[in-house]
Amino acid sequence: MSRAARGAAFRQAAGFNYDFKPLVSSVNERKRMTKVSSKLLTLVGSVLVSLTLIGSAIAASGYPINKPREVDWSFAGPFGKWDLGQLQRGLKVYTEACSACHSLSILHYRNLTDLGYTEDQIKNYINDLGKEVTDGPNEDGEMFQRPAQLQDRFQGPYANLKEAAAANGGAVPPDMSLLAKARAPERGFPTFIFDIFTMYAENGPDYIYSLLTGYKEPPEDKEILDGLHYNPYFAAGTALAMAQPLYDEQISYDDGSPETLDQYAKDVSAFLMWASEPGLPDRKQRGFIVIVFLAIFAGLLYFTKKKVWAGVPH
Amino acid sequence: MSGHSTYTPKTKFGKFWDDRLPIYRLVHDSFVTFPIPRNLNSFYTFGGILMIMLVSQIITGIVIAMHYVPEASMAFNSVQDMRRDVAYGHTLQTWHAVGASFFFIAVYIHIFRGLYYGSYKAPREILWILGVIIYLLMMATAFMGYVLPWGQMSYWGAQVITSFFSAIPLIGQTLHEYLLGGYAVGNATLNRFFSLHYLLPFMILGIVILHVWTLHVTGQTNPTGVEVKSKQDVVPFTPYATIKDAFAMVVFMIVMCYFVFFLPDYLGHADNYIPADPLKTPAHIVPEWYFLPFYAVLRAVDFNIMIPFTDVVLIDSKLGGVLAMFGAIAILFFVPWLDTSDVRSANYRPLYKIFFWLFVANSVFLGYLGSRPAEGIWIPLTKASTFWYFFHFIVIMPALGWFEKPKPRPASIADSVFGKEDGSAGAAAPSGATAAPETKG
Repeated sequence: MSRAARGAAFRQAAGFNYDFKPLVSSVNERKRMTKVSSKLLTLVGSVLVSLTLIGSAIAASGYPINKPREVDWSFAGPFGKWDLGQLQRGLKVYTEACSACHSLSILHYRNLTDLGYTEDQIKNYINDLGKEVTDGPNEDGEMFQRPAQLQDRFQGPYANLKEAAAANGGAVPPDMSLLAKARAPERGFPTFIFDIFTMYAENGPDYIYSLLTGYKEPPEDKEILDGLHYNPYFAAGTALAMAQPLYDEQISYDDGSPETLDQYAKDVSAFLMWASEPGLPDRKQRGFIVIVFLAIFAGLLYFTKKKVWAGVPH
Repeated sequence: MSGHSTYTPKTKFGKFWDDRLPIYRLVHDSFVTFPIPRNLNSFYTFGGILMIMLVSQIITGIVIAMHYVPEASMAFNSVQDMRRDVAYGHTLQTWHAVGASFFFIAVYIHIFRGLYYGSYKAPREILWILGVIIYLLMMATAFMGYVLPWGQMSYWGAQVITSFFSAIPLIGQTLHEYLLGGYAVGNATLNRFFSLHYLLPFMILGIVILHVWTLHVTGQTNPTGVEVKSKQDVVPFTPYATIKDAFAMVVFMIVMCYFVFFLPDYLGHADNYIPADPLKTPAHIVPEWYFLPFYAVLRAVDFNIMIPFTDVVLIDSKLGGVLAMFGAIAILFFVPWLDTSDVRSANYRPLYKIFFWLFVANSVFLGYLGSRPAEGIWIPLTKASTFWYFFHFIVIMPALGWFEKPKPRPASIADSVFGKEDGSAGAAAPSGATAAPETKG
């Protein structure tokens, strides 16, 4: 039955008894209206885009000087997984280089089982660190020191922030537990819109990797204060207090991975991403199941809706 | 609109309740037989979506509140521990945080839909005002919720927003201290914000009930803006609206889940992963995205308003900014009276339609400006954009009603629907004939 015939049949069934005079809702009229509004939208859109471009050209004085370099991470994308070997190497880099100044205070030693270590291996790791924690009070009412255990949080290099500041010329080295999420240089318009569709969420590790590999001699026209180190990838200025922390062949790998600054930087950035969100692959896996379920559910609802509304002009 | 109840209890149990507390009758009349215009489009599903969002925020909120510690030195870590060690804590916490953003996405679509189809016009002024109150409460709730994780943006956002109140003459300082529970944002602030963040959603729920009640008295508007006139104009809520709303909700959930599970930090701010530090101000303090347009309005007033030809400051820039910002929200209360046109739907208002889309674009742009640092080109752009925001409400809305020549409207909803079915243009009735007095059927 044609649409018109169906409409007429319905009118009859619904008991319409007056002369039928359709008004503005003709197909042509609707088409024209859509055309006008889409033209308008295009106009508004292009004005917005050009304004934004002018704006971003002017605001280009901001930091970082260079945008972070993008790395192809194993944990990117909808099916991202940790590369356990990489995380283990990252832990080694953290332990041998970063942990002298940076704490990792939110993590527990037990979390290292995520990296594929057994409890005994983690106990050995703690013993090698030789970290002690204050416990108590004991039966005599006294606090006492004991070696760190699996259930303890990562013990930092300093007793408190004051000590950290005093040891580093006033600049407290930030805690690294959430560093990979707490550093995200602006992506700018329109990149931030494309990021939704490319599922780009690796801003943090890209930034850390770029910073670690980005140290260089300052350009001649740039004056760098004493005690600061030039890095065009630094998000808050031209130079930062931390000197270049990693160099080629500084840390030995026993799995045959290249012992280069580039590899160290990648490994420790991946490790810090893990530290900031150990459940990342589980989240993506759960998300995939949830969305597949919802998509099937939506499909069923769509066809039910079609059936319910069939023959009911609207 | 509601008409006579057609509910007849079928079981003894149903009859027992119907004689004592007719709750089944209420549900039956409100969500089964309630007549809805047959021509509602997808934009009319956002009311239902918002209802689901409120419930989802309350449920996830209650669960994560069980694991959250409202104490300044422990709040930040308690959120992280919840995400790491509580079963499903990661999903629930992200769902709640991202859910707040999607609550606002839904409410903005809902509000703009109302503005486009003139849903605020008589007899729906109270319905609209209750909606604006819900929106205000949502903003308060969202702001206080954002403070709870006690990150850098939480802390400094709280610092900035509470300082607005100190701009109020005479009582401002005292009010500010009451709000903070001290002289600066601290543990006392966190505690009272936690308490209020738990309270406000239930106040929202109460007003939502009034909002829906009002809706059921006046009936829904529809894309033609013509009131329901006969039974041919409507279909029963169930199954027609039920299935449509359910489908829309699930589609909305898919988009939201994409963010919850794949881009959980996209809508947030990286600085909030740094614990609050009262001694270290972030380079740029920005609120959550849904407040950005109002933040831009606040910053647009960077000048003192003087009594002309004197040096007397009438309103300093701080108070001026705060007044402009609250004014930008408060003006929504007056929309039913600012719009002087008899025609509801923008479909039949060629000029208003253009200005409506300009307003939408300007609001989005204002939000973008709110995220920019207050320097350079952004300052004049912010002022121009803020000016347009108010100009739209104060000048364009009233003026269009007087100057605009509306297009002819269909005589009834059924007319417009079956006109579409036939797909042929007919003789247009004079607009006067269709501008029938509003019928409250």
